[in-house]
Amino acid sequence: MIRITRKVEFSASHFYNNPNFSLEENRRVFGKCNNPHGHGHNYTLEVTIAGEPDPATGMVLDLKELKAILQREVMDRMDHRHLNYEVPELAGKIPTCENIATVIWQLLEPKITRGKLDRVRLYESPSLFVDCTAASSDGAGRRA
Amino acid sequence: MKLSLTRRYDFAASHRLHAPQLSEQENQRIYGKCNNPYGHGHNYTLDVTVTGPVDPSTGMIANLGDLDPFVEREVLAAFDHKNLNEEVAEFKAVVPTTENVCREIFRLLQNFPAARLERVRIEETSKNSFEIGVEDFA
Repeated sequence: MIRITRKVEFSASHFYNNPNFSLEENRRVFGKCNNPHGHGHNYTLEVTIAGEPDPATGMVLDLKELKAILQREVMDRMDHRHLNYEVPELAGKIPTCENIATVIWQLLEPKITRGKLDRVRLYESPSLFVDCTAASSDGAGRRA
Repeated sequence: MKLSLTRRYDFAASHRLHAPQLSEQENQRIYGKCNNPYGHGHNYTLDVTVTGPVDPSTGMIANLGDLDPFVEREVLAAFDHKNLNEEVAEFKAVVPTTENVCREIFRLLQNFPAARLERVRIEETSKNSFEIGVEDFA
């Protein structure tokens, strides 16, 4: 099996707030991420597809096709958007890296026509990332 | 689908690779310039990976407000700007190769209360990295 990884970057704003928490509790739990005016990140998304290369093309999945899927499913939805207000899939959820990566996994998985979605790695900054991996993955794709 | 969260930290420390049970010549042959008796240092990069359910009230596997002070207290306070051989108890008797540093940091972090420690990965330089997973730690 071969793994291929495509990287894209998007910029978005967000803030963390749980309406069931008090003002003080929100500040305590979420710290400066609770600022109601929001703040932003340059997110880096690495998407890994695992599969056997098609003998006719030598490709697991044509990267042009993967690029188009990422543009349509992720970039058009999230790039230069406010994640709390403008992404319906995140409505009612706190837009943490965990929840954004999960939504991206759910958006991409049914769209992958060759191979299987193996890993979604979402960097919020160089010092923080979340991995979503297939339950059956050995995790080897993590080194990307 | 499985989720994990990885947080990156840095620390700077000195060490010397020297096994007291080996002769001077053997230490020189095995460890080369890392055996220099005065030691040398690195900027280490430490990636800490935790897993667990996402708390629906916070959207988080682990709050960095909990993880950062835990790693600071358990590891960075003891390792950053220190001589690992002289100042970290474990390395009085164990050679502070990055393999052994990985294992020791995993041991120090494994009781993080808010999520399960999954992996510790260390870059000793931008060319060398070492990692230990929960399945490797015994």
